[in-house]
Amino acid sequence: MSNNIVLKKGLDIPIDGVAALETIKTVTPDVVAVKPTDFKGFAPRLLVKEGDKVLAGSPVLADKQNPDILLTSPVSGTVQEISRGDKRKVLAVVIKADGSNGSVDFGKKDPKAMGSEEVKETLLKSGLWPSIIQRPYGVIANPALTPKAVFVSAFSTAPLAADAEFAFKDDFQAIQAAVTAVSKIAKVHVCVKGGDSIFAKLQDATLHTVIGAKHPAGNVGVQISHISPIKKGETVWTLNLASLAAIGKVFTEGKLILDRMVAVTGPAALKTGYVRALPGTPVSALEGCFDKEVETRFISGDVLSGENIGSNGFIGFFDNQVTLIKEGRERELFGWAKPFRFNQFSSSMAYFSWLLPKKKYKMDTNTHGGRRAFVCSDVYGKVLPMDIFPVYLIKACLAGDIDKMEQFGIYEVLPEDLALCEFVDPSKNDIQAMISEGIDLMIKEMA
Amino acid sequence: MEENTVKPGLFEKGGKLGWLHSTWDAFDTFLRVPATVTSKGAHVRDSLDIKRVMIIVAIALVPAALFGMWNVGYQHDIAMHDLPGFWYQFFWGLWKVIPLYLVAYIVGLGIEFAGAQIKGEEVNEGYLVSGMLIPLIVPVDVPLWMLALAVAFAVIFGKEVFGGTGMNFLNPALLCRAFLFFSYPSSMSGSQVWIARRCGADAITGATPLSYMSEGMDAITGAHFSFWNMFAGTIPGSVGETSVIAILIGAFILIWTGVASWKIMVSSVAGALFVGWLGTAFGATDVPAYVQLVMGGFAFGTVFMATDPVTSAQTECGKWIYGFLVGALCITVRLFNPGYAEGMMLAILLMNTFAPLIDHCVTSSATKKRAKKVSVA
Repeated sequence: MSNNIVLKKGLDIPIDGVAALETIKTVTPDVVAVKPTDFKGFAPRLLVKEGDKVLAGSPVLADKQNPDILLTSPVSGTVQEISRGDKRKVLAVVIKADGSNGSVDFGKKDPKAMGSEEVKETLLKSGLWPSIIQRPYGVIANPALTPKAVFVSAFSTAPLAADAEFAFKDDFQAIQAAVTAVSKIAKVHVCVKGGDSIFAKLQDATLHTVIGAKHPAGNVGVQISHISPIKKGETVWTLNLASLAAIGKVFTEGKLILDRMVAVTGPAALKTGYVRALPGTPVSALEGCFDKEVETRFISGDVLSGENIGSNGFIGFFDNQVTLIKEGRERELFGWAKPFRFNQFSSSMAYFSWLLPKKKYKMDTNTHGGRRAFVCSDVYGKVLPMDIFPVYLIKACLAGDIDKMEQFGIYEVLPEDLALCEFVDPSKNDIQAMISEGIDLMIKEMA
Repeated sequence: MEENTVKPGLFEKGGKLGWLHSTWDAFDTFLRVPATVTSKGAHVRDSLDIKRVMIIVAIALVPAALFGMWNVGYQHDIAMHDLPGFWYQFFWGLWKVIPLYLVAYIVGLGIEFAGAQIKGEEVNEGYLVSGMLIPLIVPVDVPLWMLALAVAFAVIFGKEVFGGTGMNFLNPALLCRAFLFFSYPSSMSGSQVWIARRCGADAITGATPLSYMSEGMDAITGAHFSFWNMFAGTIPGSVGETSVIAILIGAFILIWTGVASWKIMVSSVAGALFVGWLGTAFGATDVPAYVQLVMGGFAFGTVFMATDPVTSAQTECGKWIYGFLVGALCITVRLFNPGYAEGMMLAILLMNTFAPLIDHCVTSSATKKRAKKVSVA
């Protein structure tokens, strides 16, 4: 049975550099990082020290509050370095790969014949539990809770996002196995773009077809708010396709296989396409895809919500996309006053981008203006297909007013859902950071 | 590391003239887009900024301003017959209006710059529009010292004390006009102030159509005001408010660019027509409702003042309510206050105060509705 979700609002940012549908190469990196910072709510406790030998699937870090939750190594090799930040916070465990395929054997299992506790146990042991994100707040799922439902978005509408149909074309069986397994814990909802999607054939899940798929229609948060809005006291879990593929392979192969097709995208990419890589692969392994002479921003994820990882950074656990854009430090003379700026995109009719609806723009990181108080009131709602008042929610977050944040829907959103509001904001506020601070306050106050 | 070795620029914090940083920054970013890059959140941003939003409003005001300048000369010529031809009338009007602009901008921007300097913030662009508006909503012969005082009051007590553009709850330009009106009524109303005179000359009598409002439609047409000359704007009045044609051009620019809310404009007109119709239906006046739309400051207020995004209602549903009440209240004042028939200024200021309440009602009723939604999963 398929249900339709019709979405009218949203915006597809016409940024140049969509990944060509071809595989460039398989990246076999020297080192791979396990980054606890990818997981919100994970307080890392080290289980290894420098020089230890690990296999793919060996535990590397455990959560301090819930020691059953593990992060495991994606490769076999030796722990090379434990990189720390302020207050000795663990930023990454860097593992030198030995090139062998040694991995921990979790045992092949048939998800259809398993109970919910067995599924949970396998996920916890293999280090894939942290791939389940729990809402509200977008934290690591609590294994002791049973969620209202599990939501999966089988497509992404983010700028230059990897084409799920291409990137996961070989992973259908694994994803099916994972959906079957997770459906033992709670009802699974899968949102697909159209009836011809390969994921429309998934069993053991309720399918929803999203019609009018402008960004952020592919965001699972938007889909949840149309299927079953999260109320106070409720929890739901979300999983992305890359995690589902890995979960499925743990059951069908008995091994931790995390590699996925990663889209190399962006206007600063010399060559776009897909590479097969592990999460935690250094971006420097993408040599040949970017120009070392140009000041480039390396983003793990998309331009709206991805993380700036720098040229020495590692691809994030949840990401199957790397975006390369130029740092925009050039100062355009009379920018705001020019009647025409054909190389700058604006979704607003105050510029003339509407004359060139097919143009793709070589966007950079310039803010195109100074930071101001909120002035315009109607630009945000146009790009947010959710039943909330974005500016009111943001102001409640700024004021730290718990009641108002609840009233205006803090349980339903993650920063990424308001990323487009941030993009269009003429006042240039960092809206995602504001929402994120609001969520942190909620976590602290409601604990 | 690198930053420490580079000497701060002349106007940067720590530089010789660092205390002038805000002023320097305002001129610098006026000329060139700042080099700031995104630090958190979305890595790319839309090219629209507040400067662009404000310049669009300023452009939308240009037709009304140019027409107003010509009309100042034209009205003087009708009364005195001493300005032959279009260009004489236009330049004479320009000569009369320029001092108003100078005073509005020098006093207003001076305070804005000083305020930004004291707070160490960037200068807000909001006053670009307020300064453009203020000369258009006052009688052309208003004494400049009064204008300076009113501008200072409006900027300091209407905006700066609340934290600047975006934080104010009253429209600063209207607050300026209200200050003038209540402090110096003799320079702001009556029939002696609407037509510009030569230096030292006696006042010229020339009433606006609104002053005949209480006497009915016959009095208005009897004073040679037709719907069409009120629509075209060749009548006495505040500098920029008379020509509905010029205002409609501005309205088109604002609506097309999405800078001002068409919902507020449409609902304000609806509110005015509704109360105007009630007025004729119950015999309070014989002035047809559609004539109300072209008299006085209604059109100008609806397009440029009621739609101020900061002081109007913020929610989409709230905008309909807010606009309707602005229009309705304006005509109500015209019908029942023969002493001062120009209701637009007070209608908008009053609704500015009520806009947060409207929004509160809209958001809380939406939240309650949401809470009732049945969960399906």
